[in-house]
Amino acid sequence: MSELTVNPGIELRNSRLEIYHFRRRLAVAAGFVLLMFVLLFLRFFYLQVVMHDHYQTLAEANRISIVPIVPNRGIIVDRNGVVLAHNYSAYTLEITPGKAGDLDALIEELSTLIEIAPKDRRRFNKLMEESRNFESLPIRTRLSDEEIARFAANRYRFPGVEINARPFRQYPQGELFSHVVGHIGRINQRDLDQLEADDRLSNYRGTVYIGKTGLEHSYERFLHGTTGVEEVEVDSGGRAVRTLSRTPPVSGNNLVLKLDAKLQEIAYRAFGDRRGALVAIEPDTGGVLAFVSKPGFDPNFFVDGIDPQNWHELNNSPDRPMINRALAGTYPPGSTFKPFMALAALTYGKRTPQQAISDPGYFNFGGHVFRDDKVGGHGLVDMYKSIVVSCDTYYYVLANDLGIDNISKFMGRFGFGSRTGIDIAGESAGILPSQEWKMRRFKQKWYAGETISIGIGQGYNAYTPLQLASAIATLAKDGVMFRPHIVDYVENVTTRERTPVEPKPLRNLDLKPEHIAVIKQALVGVNKEGTGARAFAGAEYASAGKTGTAQVIGIKQGEKYVEGRVHERHRDHALFIAYAPAENPRIALAVVVENSGFGARAAAPIARQVLDYYLLGKDIAKPVKDDDSGTSD
Amino acid sequence: MARFFTAHIDGLLFVAILLLMTTGLVVLFSASNASLARVSAQLMNMLVALTVMWVFANIPPHYLTRLSLPVYLLGLALLIGVALFGDVVNGARRWLHVGVTRIQPSELMKIAVPLMLAWYFDRYEATLRLKNYLFAAVFLLVPVGLIARQPDLGTAVLIFSSGCFVLFLAGLSWRIIAGIIVAGLASLPFLWSVLHDYQRQRILMLLDPAQDPLGSGYHTIQSTIAVGSGGVFGKGWMNGTQTHLDFIPERTTDFIFAVYSEEFGLFGNLVLLFLLLLVIARGMVITANAPTLFTRLLAGAITLTFFTYAFVNMGMVSGILPVVGVPLPLISYGGTSLVTICLGFGILMSIQTHKKLVQT
Repeated sequence: MSELTVNPGIELRNSRLEIYHFRRRLAVAAGFVLLMFVLLFLRFFYLQVVMHDHYQTLAEANRISIVPIVPNRGIIVDRNGVVLAHNYSAYTLEITPGKAGDLDALIEELSTLIEIAPKDRRRFNKLMEESRNFESLPIRTRLSDEEIARFAANRYRFPGVEINARPFRQYPQGELFSHVVGHIGRINQRDLDQLEADDRLSNYRGTVYIGKTGLEHSYERFLHGTTGVEEVEVDSGGRAVRTLSRTPPVSGNNLVLKLDAKLQEIAYRAFGDRRGALVAIEPDTGGVLAFVSKPGFDPNFFVDGIDPQNWHELNNSPDRPMINRALAGTYPPGSTFKPFMALAALTYGKRTPQQAISDPGYFNFGGHVFRDDKVGGHGLVDMYKSIVVSCDTYYYVLANDLGIDNISKFMGRFGFGSRTGIDIAGESAGILPSQEWKMRRFKQKWYAGETISIGIGQGYNAYTPLQLASAIATLAKDGVMFRPHIVDYVENVTTRERTPVEPKPLRNLDLKPEHIAVIKQALVGVNKEGTGARAFAGAEYASAGKTGTAQVIGIKQGEKYVEGRVHERHRDHALFIAYAPAENPRIALAVVVENSGFGARAAAPIARQVLDYYLLGKDIAKPVKDDDSGTSD
Repeated sequence: MARFFTAHIDGLLFVAILLLMTTGLVVLFSASNASLARVSAQLMNMLVALTVMWVFANIPPHYLTRLSLPVYLLGLALLIGVALFGDVVNGARRWLHVGVTRIQPSELMKIAVPLMLAWYFDRYEATLRLKNYLFAAVFLLVPVGLIARQPDLGTAVLIFSSGCFVLFLAGLSWRIIAGIIVAGLASLPFLWSVLHDYQRQRILMLLDPAQDPLGSGYHTIQSTIAVGSGGVFGKGWMNGTQTHLDFIPERTTDFIFAVYSEEFGLFGNLVLLFLLLLVIARGMVITANAPTLFTRLLAGAITLTFFTYAFVNMGMVSGILPVVGVPLPLISYGGTSLVTICLGFGILMSIQTHKKLVQT
């Protein structure tokens, strides 16, 4: 206070000046504050008015998640309703590797709660290699209630581990239908590419499995169904908070097959331990009644990824169980080719039924001797006898007379050497030899000498059991050829509407009935008094058949040298084609039994069991044993 | 009796504060998914803060003059203590154990630094020269440096700006201000090299948040979406999808403005800006009428720091400033900053209401 009294005027003036300066500064600061608030307001205006639509969209996208609802896959049943493929729901323990951290430690820890076998681990590791890191992969399936409860109580300890109820595919018939029904498997990159190319990818959102082989593969479009959509509001962690809208999925259609499960089983068992294939066709429609490739494998292994050990076993087995012999295995037809050769001869006017040759037991062509099975020959042989006793010499001569061009033209119309168009994928075309084929394949011209062994179904000839079955069915149907099909009709699960797979006559071969009658009569003769007579002794129906023996060239995929089995694997393949009843055929079939010698011995008895069951309901159901009936084809 | 409570309360400021606090509780209710526990906890914080405000409103400003230097030195000592012995929480060394409890000395410095600078300028009022400004700058930069190193960028920014306001209001010449701005721009590369990685990340991310949408850009992207999708009138209270579906991180604390903005829109933002401006304007009037240099500088620093809180927070939520830990004053959940801010308002009220007593 003393200062004030000393010089009050100066102090007051100074103070006023100070305050004036201060207030100016304060005004600048206030201006700055206002400016900054205006800036904020402009920013808000920009975000909330100018860009509002943009951010509105972003917010919607943030909160709405489209969750696919995977449809139930259609089931597959045989003609009598026997289930071949169906679904069941089971709890699986799943790990998302990307979220789990140290996997080994995690699995170790998990195994204290839930039993995890080494097999499960191996399978899981294999799955991991094939999948992306953020996919949820099953390590154990079919958890028990107790295991679920134990895990639930400890869940917090396992980040990235979940229990999910998942539909599983099951094939109750096991290996019996492995090559027809096929199996599904986890969708891989190749499947994804294909789905994208077909514009079907969106329908597979959320779907883990896709048909890989057989009917599961070829009827994928029908079986899969339409994926439903649930619009859910989610939080930032992706957890669903509530459902906004729901479009239910449409279940896949069921497949009802022409196949007869019991017939298939009879045929499968009749093979015993032998390898081979059998295809049975209904001549009137082309419907496939049995489709066996032996050995098979358990398709259930493949549903959720096969474990490496089983895969190794299947893949490296000398029996090649993974190969669909009926569809993709090609075999020389051997003597089963002869009836078609005879029909060609009649059609092209190269032989009359009565025209006979004298068989010396060999045919000499250009210095090369082609031998008949029977030393010394069959004597005087006409067309009927040539088929019934399976005389090679007759067909050597005939092949030479017909020439390769006529043979390949005629056989081509019967479907030899081209895919039948059956409704599963992976079919082999086989080899129908011709001049063009040889030029294409070997860049060489055809030699007339090569035609001779074609006549008895050897040489370059190689056909699938399916082609043989289709050919004999066509013959049984007097030259009307149907596309073989396994599925009878596709059934809509909700409307029960049936969409039949229409029998589709591929072509009418326009054969002369009198020519067909000659061949059919001879085929009946085979089973009555010829090479098939022993196998069909005492049959309560008239049947037609033809035995065959194919020299082993090895199945197309190649044999592996396995010591000790070499000898067995170089034995001839046994073949048999047949249809019955002879007067009004309801079933036609082709059988190939690998490395079993004469067709009459190994293949015909299998055919007998199949026909007995189909026509008479006889269930013999025992493996066919080798017998010595018929020493020659 | 009533006079005992209201004598040193500035009515207009108090009403504006209560309106902001009420707004805060309403938004918090939504942001916490209708958690009454959260809201009542914050209500308790507010009552404590208002009590502190009332206490400081009743302390005459000249007592504060005497406290300035000791409080500043204590704060500085604690900051050094934190740097040497502090607890590390979330990667930052901010807390110091003092007996049974632990304290965050940087919070104390929010008041201590303006006090110190105001006291210093007031003391040399008659003979202010350049060297006084230099000393003042040192008093400011030492604690700011220590806090930035913890690291606590948000608090460092707040204290630094409050000190700058004091320097500016104390009459630092425009030429020097211009010189400092130029020098500051020139030293940016150096500053950059001093910054922690995560701090650089935040600044880089501001330039292009989409670069790392799930990492450091996430906060900004989601809060910007929340603000933008709010539109003119907002989605309505409790109806913010970004908020209620958990897309906004730290939505009850630093990012509560995103919740407010999403639910109340541009209109709500205008109301909020108006309320904040009301507080600031009242603070400036108090500042303008303050009787001494000390009170003028202190009041100005408190007012402008409040502005800085608000501006930095809303700027970071709306994506024009980097993400630094600055709460929205009086709205964000949390007791510490609320108490500090109300303490400041208490001082403001004290300055306003003790004026006549000082002059007579």
